[in-house]
Amino acid sequence: MSELGKPFRDGEVIVQQGDTGDCMYVVQKGKVEVLTAKGGADLRLAVLGEGDFFGEMALFEREVRSATVRALGDVWVLTLEKKSFLRKVQEDPSLAFRILEKMSHRIRELDIALEEAAARRSAR
Amino acid sequence: MTVDQANPAQENHSPGLRLDDGSRVAVIGGGPAGSFFSYFLLQFAKRLGVELCVDIHEARNFAIPGPGGCNMCGGIVSESLVQNLAAEGIVLPANVVQRGIDSYVLHTDVASVRIETPLHEKRIAAVYRGAGPRGSKPTEWRSFDGYLQELAVGEGAHVVRGRVESVSLDGGRPQIKAPNGAPLTYDLVAVAVGVNSSTLKVFEGFGIGYAAPQTTKTYICEFFVGRDAVEKRLGSSMHLFLLDIPRLEFAALVPKGDYATLCLMGEEIDKPLVQAFMDSPEVKRLLPAEWNASPDFCHCSPRINILSAVRPFADRMVFIGDCGTTKLYKDGIGTAYRTAKAAAKTALLEGISANDFRRHFWPTCRSIARDNQIGKLIFAVTRQVQRRRFARRGVVRMAAQEQEKTGGRRRMSTVLWDTFTGSAPYRDVFLRVSHPAFVAHFVRNALAGSRPKEIQSS
Ligand SMILES: Cc1cc2nc3c(=O)[nH]c(=O)nc-3n(C[C@H](O)[C@H](O)[C@H](O)COP(=O)(O)OP(=O)(O)OC[C@H]3O[C@@H](n4cnc5c(N)ncnc54)[C@H](O)[C@@H]3O)c2cc1C
Repeated sequence: MSELGKPFRDGEVIVQQGDTGDCMYVVQKGKVEVLTAKGGADLRLAVLGEGDFFGEMALFEREVRSATVRALGDVWVLTLEKKSFLRKVQEDPSLAFRILEKMSHRIRELDIALEEAAARRSAR
Repeated sequence: MTVDQANPAQENHSPGLRLDDGSRVAVIGGGPAGSFFSYFLLQFAKRLGVELCVDIHEARNFAIPGPGGCNMCGGIVSESLVQNLAAEGIVLPANVVQRGIDSYVLHTDVASVRIETPLHEKRIAAVYRGAGPRGSKPTEWRSFDGYLQELAVGEGAHVVRGRVESVSLDGGRPQIKAPNGAPLTYDLVAVAVGVNSSTLKVFEGFGIGYAAPQTTKTYICEFFVGRDAVEKRLGSSMHLFLLDIPRLEFAALVPKGDYATLCLMGEEIDKPLVQAFMDSPEVKRLLPAEWNASPDFCHCSPRINILSAVRPFADRMVFIGDCGTTKLYKDGIGTAYRTAKAAAKTALLEGISANDFRRHFWPTCRSIARDNQIGKLIFAVTRQVQRRRFARRGVVRMAAQEQEKTGGRRRMSTVLWDTFTGSAPYRDVFLRVSHPAFVAHFVRNALAGSRPKEIQSS
């Protein structure tokens, strides 16, 4: 019985907001939380579990990490380096389908959140 | 097994052959190639909104420990496949991964050297293809092939248990006869029977120009070593041997739970060769002193590809995994994933005529086959290194020095890693080995290593 990737303990930071990075990560076991610093406190954006990925924006942009990702309990995480992943995508573009699906899903969720925020504002 | 040879599949160049709503697909063989094909075919179909019926015909029950449920292999899931699967959203469960591998140790008569994975991650999985060696407790292991089959079933495939007895044509469509059932007619058949099945002969006589791959005999044995001894002596490393034993191309010892899997590849591996390997001091040093190979240990002599199949496609028929094309000696499961996915994409997005497969599936097979030509050259060079003590010393010295340093280019380490784990195309390895800087470093190390005071053993 064995896990793959690298282990992180509860509360350990895997990706730090503001750092530069050239990898994306896939959760192999356990859960992680995605946080953003907001007025001195951490605002939780999402909780990700087995099979979910994070840090994928580094594959497409050269911006710094947009959020912090922290282990929630013990987790195992596998690293996919940008260069080798992009090579794989060049050989088999369908490998990026899942990332595109997830990103499109996130845009949809953001649209809904925006609409809700706009509705709240106009109700005030 | 019988085949209707009177009415061979005629090649159809018209664009009419395609999969639509309600099309029926048979997959003969539910090993990695068959399960990956079914999984991706159904996943692409779902994305396109096409309803397919996919039957996987599989003779083995992967839940049975020992040979009956095992597809005979070293059980290394390569770094590159682990990463592809992660990107596909497929996580290998902890009870399928018998050991996460984070390094390998190269053993030679002059010394041993450990090479770590990038980022010191467990990036390679050691698995059992079936439910573990003969005599192991069935609940302890979960079969890798069984897990892939579950993934395919999760996407909607049906498993038809039993050996396919005959294949014929019914009005141009393939028809399959399973042991106790009525003949089943399909729109497409994906053949994924591997190279250890007599079924291959049937397709050679089918009149479609298919010729099965050339193969050679190998040897695998599952040693019971005990969990503590596995931990202490083998750890989380794959152990590779570069020994001067005639006909032996490559040997590996892979830790898994209580067991270690031994794989020997080369020219028609036989008993004397296995004995010569087991008697070598490098192997004896690694295993516990009191340990003895028992004749009862689960062992087998499966065949492995040395040349690809000829024309692995026809109208409504495609050959994937080992029975089509695979990477020479390495990453067979990873290559089964590649050819299976290429065939699934072609069948759904392009069509199922021989012409569709030639244009969209064959390029994947051809690039693997071409890379194998370079692989042969690399293994010829490895054989020369294996035979020459100064060269073995140069290899080990260069890799050991790279591992001691932090930073710097790890030319030899990455070449060894990619050659022995199958993580990169042979072409990439070749380009790196033929780089003047690599050659210069190697020669310098081989010369320095020949000085008596330099000779050391780790
Ligand atoms: C010694 C050795 C060590 C190896 N080590 C590794 C390794 O460590 N890592 C790696 O990636 N690869 C390794 N390989 C290669 C690997 O085993 C193959 O590449 C891989 O199994 C190919 O998958 P496949 O699905 O094409 O064929 P197979 O795994 O052979 O599966 C074929 C399936 O078809 C079924 N079948 C056959 N005929 C019929 C029929 N008539 N009806 C119904 N079902 C049928 C069989 O039962 C089987 O389940 C090794 C090979 C050898 C010989």
